[in-house]
Amino acid sequence: MTEKKSTKTKAASKSKLNKNRLPEQSEWTFELIEQAETEIKRVAKNFGLDTYPNQLEVITAEQMMDAYASVGMPISYYHWSFGKHFLGTEKSYKRGQMGLAYEIVINSNPCIAYLMEENSLTMQTLVIAHAAYGHNSFFKGNYLFRTWTDADAIIDYMLFAKNFIADCEQRHGIEAVELVLDSCHALQNYGVDRYKRPAKISLAKEQLKQREREDYLQSQVNDLWRTVPRRGPVASDEEPRRVPSEPQENLLYFIEKYSPMLEPWQREIVRVTRKISQYFYPQRQTQVMNEGWATFWHYTILNQLYEEGIVGDGFMMEFLQSHTNVIYQPPITSPHFNGINPYALGFGMMCDIRRICESPTEEDYHWFPEIAGQDWQKTLDFAMRNFKDESFILQYLSPKLIRDFHFFSVLDDDAQETLEISAIHDDDGYRYLRERLAGQYNLGNREPNIQVWSVDMHGNRSLTLRHVQFQRRPLNQQTEEVMRHVARLWGFDVYLDTVDAAGNVTGRVEIKSERRSG
Amino acid sequence: MVSTREKNLLTFILERTQHRQTTLRQFQATNQEAILAQLIDRRIQGKNKSAVNRERFLRRYKNQIKEAVTRAVKGRSITNVEGGEKISIPVKDVNEPSFGHDYGGVWETVRPGNKEYLKGDQVKRPKGGGGSGKGQASNSEETSEDEFVFEVSREEFMNYFFEDLELPNMVKTQLTASTDFKQLRAGYKLSGTTANLHILRSLRGALSRRIAVGGKSSRRLKQAMQEMQDLINQDVDDNDERVVALRHEINHLRTRLLAIPFLDTLDLRFSNRIKIPKPSTQAVMFCLLDVSGSMDEAKKDTAKRFFILLYLFLTRSYEKIELVFIRHHTTAIEVDEQEFFNSRESGGTVVSSAIILLNTILRERYPGSDWNAYVAQASDGDNWDNDSITCRQTLVESVLPLVQYYAYVEITDGEPQNLWREYEKIASEHGHFAMRKIEDPADIYPVFRDLFKKQNAKL
Repeated sequence: MTEKKSTKTKAASKSKLNKNRLPEQSEWTFELIEQAETEIKRVAKNFGLDTYPNQLEVITAEQMMDAYASVGMPISYYHWSFGKHFLGTEKSYKRGQMGLAYEIVINSNPCIAYLMEENSLTMQTLVIAHAAYGHNSFFKGNYLFRTWTDADAIIDYMLFAKNFIADCEQRHGIEAVELVLDSCHALQNYGVDRYKRPAKISLAKEQLKQREREDYLQSQVNDLWRTVPRRGPVASDEEPRRVPSEPQENLLYFIEKYSPMLEPWQREIVRVTRKISQYFYPQRQTQVMNEGWATFWHYTILNQLYEEGIVGDGFMMEFLQSHTNVIYQPPITSPHFNGINPYALGFGMMCDIRRICESPTEEDYHWFPEIAGQDWQKTLDFAMRNFKDESFILQYLSPKLIRDFHFFSVLDDDAQETLEISAIHDDDGYRYLRERLAGQYNLGNREPNIQVWSVDMHGNRSLTLRHVQFQRRPLNQQTEEVMRHVARLWGFDVYLDTVDAAGNVTGRVEIKSERRSG
Repeated sequence: MVSTREKNLLTFILERTQHRQTTLRQFQATNQEAILAQLIDRRIQGKNKSAVNRERFLRRYKNQIKEAVTRAVKGRSITNVEGGEKISIPVKDVNEPSFGHDYGGVWETVRPGNKEYLKGDQVKRPKGGGGSGKGQASNSEETSEDEFVFEVSREEFMNYFFEDLELPNMVKTQLTASTDFKQLRAGYKLSGTTANLHILRSLRGALSRRIAVGGKSSRRLKQAMQEMQDLINQDVDDNDERVVALRHEINHLRTRLLAIPFLDTLDLRFSNRIKIPKPSTQAVMFCLLDVSGSMDEAKKDTAKRFFILLYLFLTRSYEKIELVFIRHHTTAIEVDEQEFFNSRESGGTVVSSAIILLNTILRERYPGSDWNAYVAQASDGDNWDNDSITCRQTLVESVLPLVQYYAYVEITDGEPQNLWREYEKIASEHGHFAMRKIEDPADIYPVFRDLFKKQNAKL
């Protein structure tokens, strides 16, 4: 306590001396942003953050809404759904129901971070520390981003996609293109190979190979479908060739490669949406970590700047007010409760790891022998690089944090009369809660497990998908509508079988394909 | 076909370069080491990036938006319509479907903020079926709202509101002889009055002419001057023949250049103004309302809504609209808007009194082709027997030739009476006379649409 006090007074006396001190004013200027960025860069470097080069872009609130609408991409193809998001955001923003996010940052090289013009100097500084150094270093370091995304190519690829789709619209009409895009968007979460490593996207290749691929793909498809259905039963001993030989998790990929009726340009559109989906896949799996990491670093960097006297008390007050809002976790009883706040959990865990390294308790030595008392910068860096939300929580969530959050788990089995509290924050419950919470961030549990099961090669060319039920959970109301999109892409009848844990088919959604004219 | 790909590539390269070059203001960090951060001001450019997406959304949901507009008109007071820019359509219509879990089966969820529970506690299931699993099930942003609400500009709203409708007989005044003309700029011409001289354009022409004509001489002059300078630097004698020749040439060139006129007549450009016939953009709208004892508040309210609709509709076509309110029971008077809607008289009904007053005002104050006149009459149809014939005669003989359109709405749920029957005779003979019956407020908008729907085949 006393020690802290002395550093504070020291900082205060120092602050008068520091010549690079930022003025206490809320208006920003380009020069001041530049100055803040220089200081943050220096501090971040001392902490060992490795980032892509930064590109800071000052934009208006309206442009921020544009960016929102196209999922943060600076360039994207046209689609009504982006317009819908824009209208929704615009309405809430204009009525004051919602503030815009302070920042949007794009996983690209150079890393583009948006600064909104109405932010104060403090907020701009916060955003630079959070986005341009926090998120940026996460994009560059985390294994999922390294494996799945190519920061160098994404802007180019989006431009390619935009031009390609615009070209299709000219040749085939906006509506025809929209139909394909609608269907692809409905399946976008199923356009990712979860376990296979993807090939990196490269613009040059996309450009050059696109035409080639069209021809090649079509020939593949034709080959698959060359077998003309034969009349009558065929006497044959051998088991008919199963297609696909194993269930396929990547529905869009399967459709792109094997759908019998798609035109080459339609296949290319399927591919575009699939690639974009893949690009966003890591973000969906690292929300807690990514936000936690960025929040931890803006907090740490700005405190360091304060210590050095670069920023003053007024600046810190404004910063802390906004920081506290961001990391607030309302309890379940609060009317503001809306699930677990990823900023709160992530920031809490990052700080907790540092605490375990710097001042471990008896409990920490017992739970985390490998990191307790170790160098915190190295430990955090390792954690950032090698985990995703699920494994990160499983590895690092400490009993202390479980107690701080007052975590408890509720078991809701629709076969039971009542809900059961299955664990609380006590000795019995820590491990159990940690596993459950980790499972909650497992995309495989969150999204229904639906895979391509079979294609009827010799009969009506129908496509059968299989939904393997998880915890007896049913599919949502939109399932039929999504299946209609599948039918549109496949061109023939499609089925979705639901299979229970024992492997029995318990239900089927059947969509007849609308016959195409011509 | 060959060029398609090349064209694509070219557009691509172009756009890419533009994207890179849009660095309007680039401040580089004073920090000299490593790669510098870029600070770019993008505020000036890239506005309305979502405009296309927005337009596509509106186009896709045109029908729903039109329905929403209709609902808005039916539901609340029509005076709100003008400012009303909020559109709400059911969320399920604009939903982007995706596979997901529904509530059911087993959900085990970790929650923060435990206060009282111990392991093994049994808790009653919260009502509404959602249970604790639901919040987690739908990870999307859609909350419990059933309506997707957004805003369109007033103009867009009005366009949806009055889509497919048109004002009949708009052309009359445009084609008559006495139309006004308005002057419009239409480029430049070579002759004209001095008042119309376009100085900038003329001088620009003169400058380019001088450059074109004198360019060669002026280049040579420069060169000769340089040569002269060189000779002087070499201390060549003043009478040296090279110097003399050069001096002569320089003089000659100078004279030549001076001979080029600063401003020549062929440089002159005059603003070209043309006259085009100006369609009459003013309209007068007459509102005729029956305020006899049989018209109760509800009926008057219905009439009011109809009038407002017509007024809004006219504002789309005319810059200036004058309103005339005529109220009648057994006698007719002209009143202001406030009085028109808010006072009530009792007694019998003589509709012709209003029509005669209308005729008088029309002839006195809105003569000739300057005005487009529209009449909306609302009544419950309860008229004195003999009077209805007078109405018909006055209308056919005096009023109808002067007005663009005459709309009569009868607000009643009873049987048609003699006024209706007399008017039916007019309607069968005159295309710009229309009549409809309104039974309750919900009919107003459909009737209005019916009256003004586009009549393609008609002349």
